[in-house]
Amino acid sequence: MENLEAQIAEWRAYAARAPGVNGRDVDELEDHLRHQIAELSNAGLTTDESFLIAVKRLGDVDGLSREFAREHSGRLWKQLLSSDDEPARTSSGWVEAFAFAVGAAVAIQVARLAAGFPDEEPTWLARNATLFVLPFLAAYFAHRRALDIRQWVVTALPFVLAALVVNLYPWSTGSDTEALVILSLPVALWFAAAYPYMGGTVRAHERRMDFVRFTGEWFIYYVLIAFGGGVLMGLTAAILEPAGVDVERVAEWVLPSGAAGAVIVAAWLVESKQRVVENMAPVLTMLFTPLFAVMLVCAAVVYAVTGLGGAFDRELLSVIDALLVVVLALVLYGMSARDPFTSTPGWMDGIQLVAVVSALVLDLMVLGAMIARIGELGFTPNRTAALGLNLVLLMNLAVAAWLSARFLTGRSGFHRLERWQTTYLPVFALWAVTVVVVLPPLFAFA
Amino acid sequence: MHVDKDLVAASATPLVLAILAEGESYGYAILKRVQALSGGELQWTDGMLYPLLHRLQRLGYVTTEWRTPPEGRRRKYYAITDEGRAALADQQQQWVAVTRALKDVWPGSGGMLAALGDA
Repeated sequence: MENLEAQIAEWRAYAARAPGVNGRDVDELEDHLRHQIAELSNAGLTTDESFLIAVKRLGDVDGLSREFAREHSGRLWKQLLSSDDEPARTSSGWVEAFAFAVGAAVAIQVARLAAGFPDEEPTWLARNATLFVLPFLAAYFAHRRALDIRQWVVTALPFVLAALVVNLYPWSTGSDTEALVILSLPVALWFAAAYPYMGGTVRAHERRMDFVRFTGEWFIYYVLIAFGGGVLMGLTAAILEPAGVDVERVAEWVLPSGAAGAVIVAAWLVESKQRVVENMAPVLTMLFTPLFAVMLVCAAVVYAVTGLGGAFDRELLSVIDALLVVVLALVLYGMSARDPFTSTPGWMDGIQLVAVVSALVLDLMVLGAMIARIGELGFTPNRTAALGLNLVLLMNLAVAAWLSARFLTGRSGFHRLERWQTTYLPVFALWAVTVVVVLPPLFAFA
Repeated sequence: MHVDKDLVAASATPLVLAILAEGESYGYAILKRVQALSGGELQWTDGMLYPLLHRLQRLGYVTTEWRTPPEGRRRKYYAITDEGRAALADQQQQWVAVTRALKDVWPGSGGMLAALGDA
């Protein structure tokens, strides 16, 4: 009997090391194993024989681990699984990432030279800026995920279309529609990069959640790289300026390349160093979701008391819109980092609901102010874009609040909420595309 | 008789949901019930039941609870939810449609297919 316990302990240790399987799963499997052993022993087998047969029937740990990992893709993310489906990469693919990063860094310089920078800074450069960077990101993923020819074509398509729209529309320089395109195109193309990221599938909701998680972690890495780059630049300036080097001229050239290359480097870091951010990102969301919730509640209360009035000027409206987007991003990211198997609501879920509800209240007030403004002054490209964004947010927040309340009261599962957000993702992309493609001609490129 | 792997996989979800619709249960007991129901003809790799149960949990079809029965070890119990019952009803309709089609085209084998339809 002692021998059996030792054997079970050994099996446990082995099974627990498998990626995608956690301690609770092993408990459950062990319970199964013990049942099976007891039954086989009762049938007259020795404990050794029973153990062997029971383990065999349970299935080999690799296959089991793969099944668990498929079901718990979030865990797989944590464990840096190198499964049989994906051959192990030499040097964790940094050469590949580096090549694409250099590509983006060079492309942006070529474009600047073509534009006659720094003497001139034509707005076509700003309109096209994303097109010199994000195609490299998309290509990096397409290459990494080993997409076939058809999928490469589908990946390229949105970028080609964007290039056509951005360059063939008769833009008037410095117009509102042009400014809107400069803001919206990166968003639209970021979603285009989701296609190769998800390995050429767009329907799988788990993959969509992975993309949300990727976006959040990419952002964190990008900010870290930018911060490091800033420190480096500052120190370089401090040390070389006394020697008479015009650091500003140098920075003018280094900065854009660095910013472009960092997009791909950050993506590569997320891909290959998942475990590092994995520890940091949930902590950051846990820290900032409550703080943002408090801030949102205060803002909602303040503006509910002081009334909409004149306070809602144009600038404040865009600040609140930015705030709402940040809150939604936090909530979405928090959702993607949540362990979907803790099916009972925790305090973080409550705080998320508070954040969502106050965001909803703010959004409603903004919408009210906006509609009043449009009723008074008519539609402009900016107001239409903002109105659309607010409606898109309102819809998302309203249903999210409703589902999250149901989840907290135990009337529906968390997956409903998750499902709603992943289903809704294309709507954001669609609105960004609308702003780029439909609004400008609608307002005669005003 | 050996039931094809794909067929076993396809029938796993409705089988497990149907067993849980009889009352809450735990992994080993579910597996025993599957064996009893199929007369041992549906051969599962035991371990694969658990990822399946976890998927049903994530979809909200079952709820789980760790409990320690009076005699014995701590154990994870699964119980079907209303959503799970709805999913089961849906699956049942699909299987009935499949078996009806097969029954019409395979005269004389109605008995076996009807049994499949119940699952």
